[in-house]
Amino acid sequence: MSVIVKDPGLETTVQDTGRLGYYSIGFPPSGALDSFAYHVGNALVGNEPGAAALEAVYLGPTLEFTQDTVIAVTGAEIPAFIDGEEIPIWESVAVSSGSVLSFGQLRAGARPYVAVAGGIDVPLYYGSRSTYTLVGIGGFEGRALRAGDELAIGSEARDPRAGRRVDPGDVPEHPATAEVHLLVGLHSYRLTPESLERFTGTDWKVTPDANRVGYRFRGAELEFVPREQPFGAGSDPANVTDCGYPVGSVQVPGGVEPIVLLQDAVTGGGYATLGTVVSVDRAKLAQTKTGDKVRFVPVDLDGALAVRQERLAALDRIRSALA
Amino acid sequence: MGSHTITSRTPGVFYHRPSPDAEPYVTQGASVSEGDTVGLVEVMKTFHEVKADAAGTVSKILVENEDEVTIGQDLVELET
Repeated sequence: MSVIVKDPGLETTVQDTGRLGYYSIGFPPSGALDSFAYHVGNALVGNEPGAAALEAVYLGPTLEFTQDTVIAVTGAEIPAFIDGEEIPIWESVAVSSGSVLSFGQLRAGARPYVAVAGGIDVPLYYGSRSTYTLVGIGGFEGRALRAGDELAIGSEARDPRAGRRVDPGDVPEHPATAEVHLLVGLHSYRLTPESLERFTGTDWKVTPDANRVGYRFRGAELEFVPREQPFGAGSDPANVTDCGYPVGSVQVPGGVEPIVLLQDAVTGGGYATLGTVVSVDRAKLAQTKTGDKVRFVPVDLDGALAVRQERLAALDRIRSALA
Repeated sequence: MGSHTITSRTPGVFYHRPSPDAEPYVTQGASVSEGDTVGLVEVMKTFHEVKADAAGTVSKILVENEDEVTIGQDLVELET
């Protein structure tokens, strides 16, 4: 049982919940950027949480299935077709042996996910099937898919069934300006108060430099509080003495073009961290594309925990409804 | 005679030529076959060829070199 890649689309990779526990030795977690779409996809096809799926961006892949199975497309709003017939997304669909899944032009969002009953069966690497393309590990041969690749499908689907459907009210929208919550700190004191206010008051435009490593934005210039740089910090006013970077943290080299680090990013360095996008909101960021806008809504730690709790409770409720 | 417009499949930055010193892929009046490359779109630090999805004669190039383009944006108009 396998999936044959007829056309890989753009940077389509195998992803799961990520390679957790190695951050301290410089291993970013990788894993599905839109964790919500990924988890719901697995629930739709009756997989155990954590089964590997495919993450694409902008262009969907074209895939042939070599056996009858059940699939679900989630994430971006994109027309999906089986043998040329449009299929619903956010719903599990039966496909027959020889069927071909293809995609049309993206309408909104950025990343479609394809979950397959049984999961994509690539070898576990440090406990995860996620692809980390920068160093070529995990996933399918450590790289994005290419035409002609044949991916094995796992045989341990818990309860594959077509016709499971996410309530329309639970399908995320992809507004032209996405709002993501930002826990302000660790080095927000390095910005002038006016600049910190400008940061959270600006609709930032996603530049073409936006991928699994990070998203770069344009929209305003920020100023740092002048100081004599401490020992070990570089000369850019955006520099601090090296520290760990939280996943989702925001830095602004040179005071222009802030960068949000995502799941394939470097784990530490010497740029001031202005704040960190709340983990569950990376799913929203992952569905923004070049040209879209993002606004960072400041929250304190209690606020951040509440956002996370609310989103995880919603996911639990959706999983129960689909079980 | 009809017309056909080639659109962008991804967001990114449009380029008329394969490299800064090279000749443009197509210019006004050029005839193209289906599958010919008419430009490049750079996104996520990779370049993707924009292919003609019809044959015809280039009547208009609708974007400037290095313009940022969106998904579905009109790039090149053909007379077919």
